[in-house]
Amino acid sequence: MSAPTVFGLLRRITPGPRWGVIGIPYLWMLVFFAIPFLIVLKISFARLAIAMPPYTPILEVDNAEVALKLNLSNFLQLGALQNGYIAAYLSSLKIAAIATLLTLLVGYPMAYVIARLPPSGRNIAMMLVVLPSWTSFLIRVYAWIGILKSSGPVGRLLEKTGVIDALQSLGWIEGRQILYTPLATYIGIVYCYLPFMVLPLYTNLVKHDGRLLEAAYDLGARPWKAFLKITLPLSRAGIIAGCMLVMIPAVGEFVIPELLGGPDTLMIGRVLWNEFFANRDWPLASAVAIAMLVLLLIPILVFNRVQQRQIEGRLT
Amino acid sequence: MSVGRARWPTWIILGSGFAFLYLPVLLLMVWSFNSSRLATVWAGFSFKWYGELLRDASMLEAAWVSLRIAFWTATASVVLGTMAALVMTRMRRFPGKTLFGGLITAPLVMPDVIIGLSMLLMFVSLGDLFHFQPKGMVSIWIAHTTFALAFVAVVVSSRMAELDKSLEEAAMDLGANRIKVFFLITLPIISPALVSGWLLAFTLSLDDVVIASFVSGPSSTTLPMKVFSSVRLGLSPKINALATLMIVIVSVCAVIGWWLMYRSEQRRRLDMQLALQDNG
Repeated sequence: MSAPTVFGLLRRITPGPRWGVIGIPYLWMLVFFAIPFLIVLKISFARLAIAMPPYTPILEVDNAEVALKLNLSNFLQLGALQNGYIAAYLSSLKIAAIATLLTLLVGYPMAYVIARLPPSGRNIAMMLVVLPSWTSFLIRVYAWIGILKSSGPVGRLLEKTGVIDALQSLGWIEGRQILYTPLATYIGIVYCYLPFMVLPLYTNLVKHDGRLLEAAYDLGARPWKAFLKITLPLSRAGIIAGCMLVMIPAVGEFVIPELLGGPDTLMIGRVLWNEFFANRDWPLASAVAIAMLVLLLIPILVFNRVQQRQIEGRLT
Repeated sequence: MSVGRARWPTWIILGSGFAFLYLPVLLLMVWSFNSSRLATVWAGFSFKWYGELLRDASMLEAAWVSLRIAFWTATASVVLGTMAALVMTRMRRFPGKTLFGGLITAPLVMPDVIIGLSMLLMFVSLGDLFHFQPKGMVSIWIAHTTFALAFVAVVVSSRMAELDKSLEEAAMDLGANRIKVFFLITLPIISPALVSGWLLAFTLSLDDVVIASFVSGPSSTTLPMKVFSSVRLGLSPKINALATLMIVIVSVCAVIGWWLMYRSEQRRRLDMQLALQDNG
C-alpha cells in the first residue's frame, strides 16, 4: 500500500473532530451523572451490612452460579405509613409548592416591571436581581437567622409592632419567633430562589410585543383584563420554566430547612441526609433518593423539554 | 414592551423587591462590626471579628482548598460546557442527542442531596472495581465540574443561539474549515459568555456545601462545609465578618465584570456600525 492510501484509510477510521466534540462531554456526563443513578438504584436493593462500604453485594458469584439478590425491604420500609417517610415526601411537596407559588407572586411583578423599563435600566435592574445569587447561598440563608430570631433587633421590632401576635393568631407560628418554623423555610426558599424565577420570566416578558396591549387598550380593554387575556397567557413558557427551576430543587432542599426550619420542618432532603450521615444506612438513603427521583421525574422531563427548545432556538 | 403610564407602582414594586433582596445581607454586614459576641445588643464599632477570622488557620486553610477547587472546576467546566453547547446548537441530530440534552439540562434542577449521594456511591464503586477511588479535592472537583458544566452549557448556548450564523457560513465559503471557523470566528464572539460561564461555575463551586459533604471524605474540608458546621450551632460573629468579606469581594468583581462586558458590547456595536457604513 502506498503512503497516501494508508493515510486515507487512517483518516477514515479515526473519528473526526466532530466525534471528539460530541464524545468528550457525552462520556463525562454518562460516567459521572447517568451511571451514578444506576448505582444508586442498585444499592437501594442492597442490605445494610457492617462493612466498608456498608452494604451487601447484589450479585453473588459462587463458582459457576450467579445469584441476583434484590432486597426490597428498603422500599417496604419507605412505604410503611407509620415510619413517616410518606409524610416527609408529602410535606416536602407541600412546602415546595407553597414556596414556589410565593416566589412566583413576588417574582412576576418584578420581572414584569423590569421588562417595561428602558433598555439601560433593564440591564442594571437584572444585574441587581442576579447579584445576590453570586454571593454565597449559605450566607444568604444565614443572614435570615439573625433577622428571624426573637432576640435580634428585627425580632424585637416584630414583637413590638405586633407582627408576632398577628402571625400567632393566624396559626402560622407557635412560639414567639419566626425562626425554626415552616414560615421561616418559606421565606428562605423565596429569598434564595427568587432570581431563578425572575430570570426566565424576564427573558419571556421582554420579548412581548407592546402593540398587542395597545391594540387591546384601543379596543377598550381595561389594563387588568388586557393583562389576563394577553400578557399572562403569552408568558406561560416563562412561568413554567421559572416554577420548575424553583420547585424541583426545593423539594430536595436540605440547607434551608436545616438552618431555618427547626426540628419540626419535615423535608425529604433532611431525611436522606440523616439516613446517610447519622444512621450510615446507605441502602436506605439510596431508596429515599430513588423514590424522590420517581416523584420528580415528570417535572424534570417537562423542564428538560422546555429548556431544550429554548437552547435549540425554537421559541416556545 | 412599551413603558406604561403609571410610574409609581413600578417604583414601589422595584423598591420593595430590592429591599427584600438586599436588606438582610446589609444588616448582616453592619452587624459584623459589632464588638459584642452576642447578636442581641450593639456594643460598639470594632474590627475585632475580622482579626479573629484572619487568625483562624483552619478557616484560611479551608478557604484555600475551596478556591483551588473552584478554579479547576470553572476551567474544566468552561471547556466541557462549551463543547456541550456546540453539540446542542451547531450539530445535526445524531442518535442519542435527546439523551445528551437530558444529561445536560437535568443537573440544573436536580436536588443537591441526590447528586451528592449518587456521586459518592459512584466513587465507592470505582474503588471496588478498579481499586482506585478519587478522594478529597479530586472527587469534589469531578462532582462540581459535572453540575457546573451544565450551567456553562446553558449560558454559552444561549449566546450561540443569538449569534449570526451567516458570519460562520461566510468564513466557510471563503475556505476555512470548521475548526478554524470555531477558533477565529465563533470563539471571539462568544468569549463574553465564556467569561460569565467561568465566573458562574467558580461561584457555584465555591457555594456548594451538600455535594462536597457527601464526596469529600475526612481529608479535605471546604470553606462552605466549615461555615455550615459553625452556622448549625447558631450565630457566630466570625461568620458575619467572613460573609461581609465575601460579599464585598464578589460585588466588586461582579460590577467590574459587568462593566467590562458592557464596554466590549458597546465597542462591538460601534465596530459593526462602522463596518456597515464603510460598505455603504
